[in-house]
Formats: sequence, structure tokens, C-alpha cells
Amino acid sequence: MREFTPTVLDPSGYDLPDEQRTILRWTIYIGYAALVAGVFHGLANALSYAGVNVIGYFPGLRTYYQGLTAHGVANVLIFTFSFANAFLPLMTARALARPLNHNLLIASFAALVLGNVLTLYAVVSNQASVLYTSYAPLQAHWTYYIGLALVVVSTWLALLCMVLTLRAWRRDNRDSRIPLLAYISVVSYLMWFLASLPLAVSFLGFMTPWSLGILPNIDPLLTRTLFWFSGHAIVYAWLLPAYVSWYALIPRQVGGELISDSYARITFILFLLLSIPTGFHHQYTDPGIPEHFKALHGVLTFGVFFPSLATAFSVMASLEIGGRRAGGRGLLGWIRKLPWGDPSVTAQLLAMLTFVLGGATGLINASFTMNQVIHNTTWVPGHFHMTVGSAVALTLMGVAYWLIPYLKKRELWGRRLAVASSWTYTIGLLIFARGMISGGLEGMPRRTFMAEASYSSPAWKLPGLLTGIGGSLMFAGVMMFFIVVGMTIIAGRRDMGPSDIPVSYTLTPPATTGWEPRLDRLGLWALAAVALILIAYGPFFATYTPNFVSPGFKGY
Amino acid sequence: MKAHVYEKGMLAVGLGVLVACAAALVYASVALGLHLPGRTAQIVPQDVYRVPPFNQTGVRQTGPNAYEVVMVAQAWAFVPGEVRVPVGSDVTFTATSVDIIHGLNVEGTRLNLMLIPGQVTRNSIRFNRPGEYLIICHEYCGIGHHHMFGKVVVEPVASASAGSSAVTTPGSLVR
Repeated sequence: MREFTPTVLDPSGYDLPDEQRTILRWTIYIGYAALVAGVFHGLANALSYAGVNVIGYFPGLRTYYQGLTAHGVANVLIFTFSFANAFLPLMTARALARPLNHNLLIASFAALVLGNVLTLYAVVSNQASVLYTSYAPLQAHWTYYIGLALVVVSTWLALLCMVLTLRAWRRDNRDSRIPLLAYISVVSYLMWFLASLPLAVSFLGFMTPWSLGILPNIDPLLTRTLFWFSGHAIVYAWLLPAYVSWYALIPRQVGGELISDSYARITFILFLLLSIPTGFHHQYTDPGIPEHFKALHGVLTFGVFFPSLATAFSVMASLEIGGRRAGGRGLLGWIRKLPWGDPSVTAQLLAMLTFVLGGATGLINASFTMNQVIHNTTWVPGHFHMTVGSAVALTLMGVAYWLIPYLKKRELWGRRLAVASSWTYTIGLLIFARGMISGGLEGMPRRTFMAEASYSSPAWKLPGLLTGIGGSLMFAGVMMFFIVVGMTIIAGRRDMGPSDIPVSYTLTPPATTGWEPRLDRLGLWALAAVALILIAYGPFFATYTPNFVSPGFKGY
Repeated sequence: MKAHVYEKGMLAVGLGVLVACAAALVYASVALGLHLPGRTAQIVPQDVYRVPPFNQTGVRQTGPNAYEVVMVAQAWAFVPGEVRVPVGSDVTFTATSVDIIHGLNVEGTRLNLMLIPGQVTRNSIRFNRPGEYLIICHEYCGIGHHHMFGKVVVEPVASASAGSSAVTTPGSLVR
């Protein structure tokens, strides 16, 4: 027992009931299976930019765009949300030392599985090659929209599951502060719940009836706006579970401490407030949206960058404390003393490092003047492979290296291969992103089958080649990860996994007097978030005349 | 704790950087006049070719050194496929789509537009260097997406003529 404050109620340990562990474990498996399945298509897409067409060698894959749809859906929707559906409730239960609601857990899992089956059917049968953004009037089979809506419903059920556990705990602990790990886990999905509502309205209210022929025409700008209403916040829904690990688990894993309890809470509240009212920065070049609304969202996007800057400081401070305790000296000497041999830590350190570049390129995207140069060029996937494709993907892979042994009660198999996986992936990512970013500056279009395109530019040759080489290394990295995780599940030494999650401590305890306890009034903060959303989106919807003119188009 | 001093310093620096970036944006949009497309007009996609200005696609001169390019996107071509404008002139693109969402990006410039059925997109640019520029459809629009492109020819002398139809007398801009 240390003198600092734990981020959970009982640092000595808490075990979930076995059935609940099993459900969470299978939810996680779905996520990592989606990661591995999705990167095959990622490889094919990257090679296409290098002028190599391997689509014909994929069994069951008919077109480039079918593969690109599969890559997007599997890697940013199924992978991320399956992980969060298991990870966030697990963290909440562990932090509060309470079991989860059993029925809700099963319902969430069932919705996720059914959603996956329907989506998989639509994508594999080439009836939904509309890419994950699902822009109407490209029209998919109804199973695609209902399938993805069910995945969203599964996230709501997971949130409800966490909220019920939290409420039960609060009834018993009226005057206590919410343990930090539970707090940041619940806020992460609370933000996503608010953010997901426009997407649900679009998919259930417009896309599905339109796909079934009940609604003859659709308004493409309206559904596109609803998508991005959810669609910028969705990237934070992917990112926040990674931040949960960086704030509340990584300090322990590197032998450091989280510097401030309030600081972490404020950061997550800022994400709750600012993640959603920013969607127009994805629509800077769209018609139909007045320029000043776009400018307002641009400013708010700069605002949501702030909690990420705060995170950079806090996480770095935790790492430095750990590195100095391990004997690191001088300005940067502590970096070498971090546990680089621990595959879970290495993956997440590399995730943080590459995320710096992801953040910087994101600020450029948010700047509407520069956005006009790079919008819909390969710059954009170059950018988001350094955010969701590294900060999130590498962190989630890093977490797997302790989480799967913990849930399966087996020792991690192949530690050195696991470390090599992260390095291979990161080097690949940097080469890949260098290719995509530089190609984008030369106008190389994203989401385009360049290997067979009718036009090209000499300026795209080297960027395309780097994209192909980097993408191949990233693919190799994920395959190594797959071997490590697969072998851990089937051949890891039994009863040797970690017996608890890595629980961190904070240097400053949560205050019980003054203004800080108000941070725990999550209902009020959610209302504040809704108010900000109304300010940012209200004027648009109040002045927009819907224009339902587009029948479905299935030319894919 | 020293960490809390650094913490405040870091947050102040972060805030300062963000404010500086935002100020640069305001300067670029106000002083340099770099605008985004806004709310222009709505249209019925099936009627596009019958309604002005799209009943007459191509280039028209709208002022002493100003031109308008009226362009329609459809799966999988731009109409007209090629436009010619004189170097150094102010060119306003007015464009829309008759079927699904397309993109219109003139390679190497900041002319970057989404063409959404039901909406008219408009933005202006000045081409300062003569030459041939690819117009790329940069939004996925189905199986023929990678075959969809066009061309802007920026001519060194002031003698523009349109790809499909030319109107060289000054005309009026659409609402």
C-alpha cells in the first residue's frame, strides 16, 4: 500500500463473477477478430496506391470498394466499439468493486453479435459497398443499416450497464467521490451516447425506411450532416478508452503516478462538452451550410484540441515519474529507463509518440483555409492512421497484452514477438503516413482505386510506393499481434495471467470540499453538453429546408 | 508540488498556441478573402440540365477579368469534361450533381468542393499559373469512381473558350 490515492475503490483486488468475465472476454475477442479481418483489406488498399492490384486474390471479394468498406467498418466501428463495450464496463466494475447488471451485459453482447451478423452479411454479399461513412444516395441493403444500428444499441446497453452499477454504488456511498477509473470510463461512453443519437436518427429514421422502399427519396445533405454530427465525436469515442488506459493504467505499468485527480476529470468533462459540436469541420467544402456555422465549429474544434494537449502533459509527467524512479537522470534520460521490454507499455508509448503527429495534422484539418488543400485527399487517411490507426489501435493492442491474459487467466505467449509487433507496426505506420500525407498535398485522392484509375500524376509515384511499403509493414505488425494473442488464448500457461488490472495511484487525492465534488454531477455536465450542441447545431437545423429528392443508387 | 506549476504553464502555452492558430485563420479568411462554399441554392437533381445556370454548362465571362464555370457532375464524368480560362482571372465555379455525391478538386489548388444532389456548390479561385490541371472526383461514387476526372486548362493569353458551350458576353451570376 502506497501513500497515494488509488484510482479504484479497493486496490487490493476485485474479481467479477465468472460468467461476466466470460461475456466480456468474448466481446473483446469480437473486437480483435475484427481488427485482424479488417487489415487484410487495408493491405490491399495500401498496395493499390503503390500500383499493385491484389483484389483478385481475395476469396469472396468482388471490388476494391467492397474491401475498403470492410476495412473501415471492421477496423473503426466493430473493433473499437467491441473493445470499449467490454473494457469500459470492466473498468467501472473493477473501480467500484461491484458486479455488472447481468441481463444488460447479455443484451449488449447479443445486440453486438446480431449487429455484426447482419452487417457482415450485407458487406460480404457486396450489397453495402458504400464505405463506412454510408453517404446517401449510395444505398445499401437494409441489413447494413440495421446491423450498424444494433452495434450502436449495444453501446447504449453497455453504458446503461455501467450507469446502473455507478448508481447502486452512489446510493451506498452518498458523500464519497466517484473513484477516478469509474468516472472516466462512464464519461467516455456518456459522451458517445449523446453523440450517437443523430447517427441513430439517420440510420433508423431515414436510411432504413429508404432502403426498404418505404421512403422513396432521401435528403443527401441532411443525412450527411447527421452522420458528421455523430462523426467527429465518434473519433473521440474511439480515443477515450485509450485515454482511460493512459491516465489510469499506464502510470502503474511504468512505475509512476497520475499527477492530479481533478486534472484528469476536467479533461474528460471537456471531451464530454466539446467533442460533439464540431462536426461541420468535416463539411467545410460542402454546399448548403452557411460559412459562419462552419467557422463556429472550427473554433470549437480548436477547443477540443485543448484537453488533448492537457493529456499530453499529464501522461508525460506520469511517465517521467516512473522513468526517474527507475534511475533515469537528466532532461531525457528517464525515457530510456521506461519498461520498453514490456509489450503492453511499448505499444502504448509508441501510440503516444505517433499521436503527436496525428494531433498536429488534425489541427491543420480543422483550419478551414488549409483544409481546402487537403480535404478528401490521401492526407486525411494519412492523418487518421496516426490517430485511430495508432493512438487507438496500438493502445488497444497494448492493452490486449495484459487484458487477454487477465480475462483468460493465461500467461502472455511470445513477449518478444509482441514487442517486435509494435515496432514493426509503428515503423510501417510512419512510412505509410509519410506517403499518404505527401501524396495528399499533391492532390492524390483518398478512397480511390488508384491501381486501375484512368488518370495519374508523376507526383504521386513515390507517395504511392511509400503507402504500399508502409501499409505492408503495418499488416505484418498486426499479423504478429494476432499470433501472440491467438497463441496466448490456446497455448499460454494456465493460471499465470495477471490477477488484477494495473491500478494506478494519484499524487493528489480527489477533494471532498470546495468546487471539485461538482465534477461528479454527471447529469448536469451532460445537460451542459446538450446546451452547447444546441448552440452549435440549432441554428443550422432551424434554418435548413429539407430537400428529399434523391432515390437510391447502387452502382457499386 | 512543482508539477502543478508546470501544469499551469503547459496549459497556458497550449491555449496560446490555439488562440494564435485561430487568429491566423481569421486573418486568412477576412484579409486574404479565402472563403468556403456556403448556402447557395437548392435544386431538384433530376431537373438540373433544364434549370439555369446548368441548362448551359461551360465557361462564361461575367466581368472584365471574371469568369464563371458552370459544371455538372454525374456518374462518372464532369460536364463539360474540360474548361479553359485565362491566367490571372477570377473564376467562380458553380456546380452540382445529378445523381450521387461527387467531389471536385482541382489538383494543386485550394479549389475543393463537395457536389451534393439537391444543393448548388459555389466557390471562387484565381489561377495564377498557366497549365493543365486535373479535376479529380475525390468522393467515392460507385464502381466507376476512379475513372471520373476532368481538366482545367489555364491559358497564358486572355482568350477563354468553353469545352461544351461558350458564352463570352457578360452574363449574370445565378442567385
